[in-house]
Amino acid sequence: MRLKRPTIPYIIWMAVFTVIPIVLILLYSFTDRSGNFSFEPFIKAVGYTNVFLNSLWIAFISTVICLALSYPLAYFMSRLKRSTQNLITMLIMIPMWMNFLLRIYAWVTLLQNNGPIDTMLSLLGIHTQLIGNQGAVIVGMVYEYLPFMVLPLYTVMSKIDYQLIEASGDLGANMFVTMRKVVVPLSVPGIISGVTMVFVPSASTFLVAQYLGGTKDIMIGDVIDKIFWSDQNTGSAIALILMVAILFFLIILNFFGDEEAIAT
Amino acid sequence: MKKIISMALAVLLLGGLATLFASCGSSYDGEINVYNWAEYFADGSGGTVDVVAKFEEKYNIKVNLTTYETNEGLYNMLKSSNSNYDVVFPSDYMVEKLKNEKLLTKLDLAKIPNQKKIIDRFTNMDYDNGNNYSIPYSWNVTGLVYNKTMVKGKPESWNSLWDKSLSGSILMFNNSRDAYAIAMQMCGINPAAFTKADVDKATVKLKEQKPLLKKYAMDQTFTEMENNQSAIAPYYAGDIYTMMTNNEDLVGVLPEEGSNLFVDSMCIPKSAQNIDGAYKFINFMTEPENSAANMDYITYASPVDGAKQLIDKDVADSELVYPPDSYLDKCYTFRDVDEDVYSYMQEQFVKLMS
Repeated sequence: MRLKRPTIPYIIWMAVFTVIPIVLILLYSFTDRSGNFSFEPFIKAVGYTNVFLNSLWIAFISTVICLALSYPLAYFMSRLKRSTQNLITMLIMIPMWMNFLLRIYAWVTLLQNNGPIDTMLSLLGIHTQLIGNQGAVIVGMVYEYLPFMVLPLYTVMSKIDYQLIEASGDLGANMFVTMRKVVVPLSVPGIISGVTMVFVPSASTFLVAQYLGGTKDIMIGDVIDKIFWSDQNTGSAIALILMVAILFFLIILNFFGDEEAIAT
Repeated sequence: MKKIISMALAVLLLGGLATLFASCGSSYDGEINVYNWAEYFADGSGGTVDVVAKFEEKYNIKVNLTTYETNEGLYNMLKSSNSNYDVVFPSDYMVEKLKNEKLLTKLDLAKIPNQKKIIDRFTNMDYDNGNNYSIPYSWNVTGLVYNKTMVKGKPESWNSLWDKSLSGSILMFNNSRDAYAIAMQMCGINPAAFTKADVDKATVKLKEQKPLLKKYAMDQTFTEMENNQSAIAPYYAGDIYTMMTNNEDLVGVLPEEGSNLFVDSMCIPKSAQNIDGAYKFINFMTEPENSAANMDYITYASPVDGAKQLIDKDVADSELVYPPDSYLDKCYTFRDVDEDVYSYMQEQFVKLMS
């Protein structure tokens, strides 16, 4: 493909903010402290395998929950009056205008001992520890990334021609079959971009686990953050492994739909 | 049409903002870039003096303030980026490290006449004896805070952080240096200077503690303690004083075995552009009146002679903010540790948490 002059600013942008940083990460992860070629950062990075797998697991669960919650919501939204649709989209967007950390703080207040939820449950005779465990971390993640699942699904679904659903009904399909044979296949691009937009950032997120989790809940993002204090090489190596894992995930996802649906 | 109008409005709005920014800073004689901890200058809120604005007015020098979270963040910024900060605020051990790596300007004390007002203890610190590279800005110690409705008895030692009866409601520092310092004290190791073997011993001690902990926390200690979520935590004593004013059930203690005396200082990096401005700034902040205003705000102690008398009496009388000399003699101050040992400690700490 021949380059056209107007693309030059974008090429510079990509070079400065994408290519050079990635090259630097590569460079750091294959050198030791004094700058010599070494595999040491990767050997050290292997020590965090359990955290790594745990993060992917938490991201996976969060993505599944987000999908399960968003799919029906997006479907019903797309069947509503236009103005109501806009209203609901707005309501989903509004929390995103607030700082991410403040929203996590809000969850800390909600879930803490003698907080509103705990008090209500105590009145019903249920006494549990709501915060400081993996469940709380997942709640925080789902809350944080739900809009990123709802919006692409909703966009795709609102484009589905209602006549197709009617036709399916006329041909004798019940609601369930219509869903399975018509709506789901047509919404695959939305599912793929939603899953990408939730899974990728949640696998690498940090602070959520520090605020909502206990001593056992640490995610790979937190490890990278902490290790960077004193050892950029190992930090870069972990970041690189995470990038490769995510790339791998995107390639697999690629098999399920057409390329354009993937938001990277 | 609607589109054109909204576009025009957007352009006007942006343009307005731009002129607003441009209108500032046009009439100053110069500017200095100050890199400090967040919330470390009195900012005029709640009846305090806006010290930075006062400086700008007095010298007609604009102050560009940016903030950092950790000494290591500051170090990385000075070491590996083309930053040009004129004044930075590293802690004790970081002063020594920056000094050893030749990242700091040797100070001309004649240009900081107020340096003579620094209390002797703080001009004679081992990390920079004689204040040749750093002028102390604030100091304080680490201490313990507990909730008297949740803890039986009166904790007096770091030992209480290993108390099995408090299991599940103990907090611990979420930063390696402070966490390891406590563990090392428990093992009889001097936390100011240590080896890898010492780190290993302390790691064992911290592993023993982990199952008893609610979480590793820094800033969260405030909300955890003030909202009665946790029973006991180590933290910086001046901050414990603040927590106590927000929750009457909290009690602050200076552990009997002594603790970490830390000093945050003002330094001029080698890369500074406006060195004259930096000297003026440092001298200004070392004025007893201004130091008192800042310390009133951050509730840490002032190293400047005569500042203590000017701050809020309740703060000045608190043993947490101004521990007595007899206590300070039991305390240790961090020194620069070999890079290798330091990153080993950091690595062990992350491993401990994972």
